[in-house]
Amino acid sequence: MNSSIKVTIWRGAQIGSYQSYDVPQRDNQTVLDLVSWLQRHVVPDLAYRFSCRVGVCGSCAMTVNGRPRWTCRTHVSKVVKDGTLKIGPLANLPVIKDLAADMSPFFDQWHRAKGSFVPSAGRHDPMARVKPGSPRRQAADEAIECINCGVCYAACDSVRWNADYLGPAALNRAWTLINDERDGGNDARLKAVSGLGGCQACHSHQTCEQLCPKALNPAKSIAGLKRRALSAFLKGAL
Amino acid sequence: MTLRLYVWQRLSAVLMVPLIGVHLATIFYASGAQLSAAAILARTSGSVFWGGFYSLFVCAAAIHGAIGLRSVLADWSGLNPRRADQIMWLFGMTLLVLGLRGVAAVVVA
Repeated sequence: MNSSIKVTIWRGAQIGSYQSYDVPQRDNQTVLDLVSWLQRHVVPDLAYRFSCRVGVCGSCAMTVNGRPRWTCRTHVSKVVKDGTLKIGPLANLPVIKDLAADMSPFFDQWHRAKGSFVPSAGRHDPMARVKPGSPRRQAADEAIECINCGVCYAACDSVRWNADYLGPAALNRAWTLINDERDGGNDARLKAVSGLGGCQACHSHQTCEQLCPKALNPAKSIAGLKRRALSAFLKGAL
Repeated sequence: MTLRLYVWQRLSAVLMVPLIGVHLATIFYASGAQLSAAAILARTSGSVFWGGFYSLFVCAAAIHGAIGLRSVLADWSGLNPRRADQIMWLFGMTLLVLGLRGVAAVVVA
């Protein structure tokens, strides 16, 4: 195929501009292929992030024609519009350089939402038995496959409007732990996700669900947290 | 939005669902039967039921609307939380006073 695509790419850090390049179009070309071609042949100082190239690591997410996407699993032919493609860093995050966003605020929210497992038993206790069909395990199963790519965080209106908001991924993680019957940190976790910028700041726009490359539904997890927090509040536990 | 405000807004919404149903049914009935203002006032005047019903409705609407406005302002205007709280209280109290004044006008009259 001899045709080319006009690609507009963000160059610079927080302050910068979009610059245009012509990139040859190939069969089955992904957006990541296209960015890599540009970096190898035209702009060697182009900064971008990737690792596995097959949708496992979650490090190559960028804004492609206005939507956050994994570039490695996005075929150019599916998203190109009138022969043009606009690629920028993930939204709602500071820009380090070009297409590489600073993920620190995203992971900081994980800590604020108490997204780490808190053991409730020691090494001498018997192994916990979690029934695969139990309601809590099923609820955790639905949300557990998140790989922290940041697509939902970049897609979320509430994150854009409210700097304190924990965001869909961190709250989704908290929901999986709240449903983990081995976890011993749920009182503090429920308090953390009901405080400033907690689950109540979600307006259920569901762009997280619409754009999650893993087809997860963080909005559903957040709705679960809201129910759990409401119940705790009415019982006087929060 | 704090958890406390969230709870107040959700509970006021739950309360308003049946109230809105009765309110709409009343409007349809009054307009369908082509009741005059005097005929409506004759029914509401001195009525403990309608006085209580609409006072409750006004309270729920004032709470719900004021908290909703606070959320919109906090998200869209970048107001600091304290200022957003002040506007919430001012708006809520205004709705409450205007609403209760309206209720008094048709019940006490």
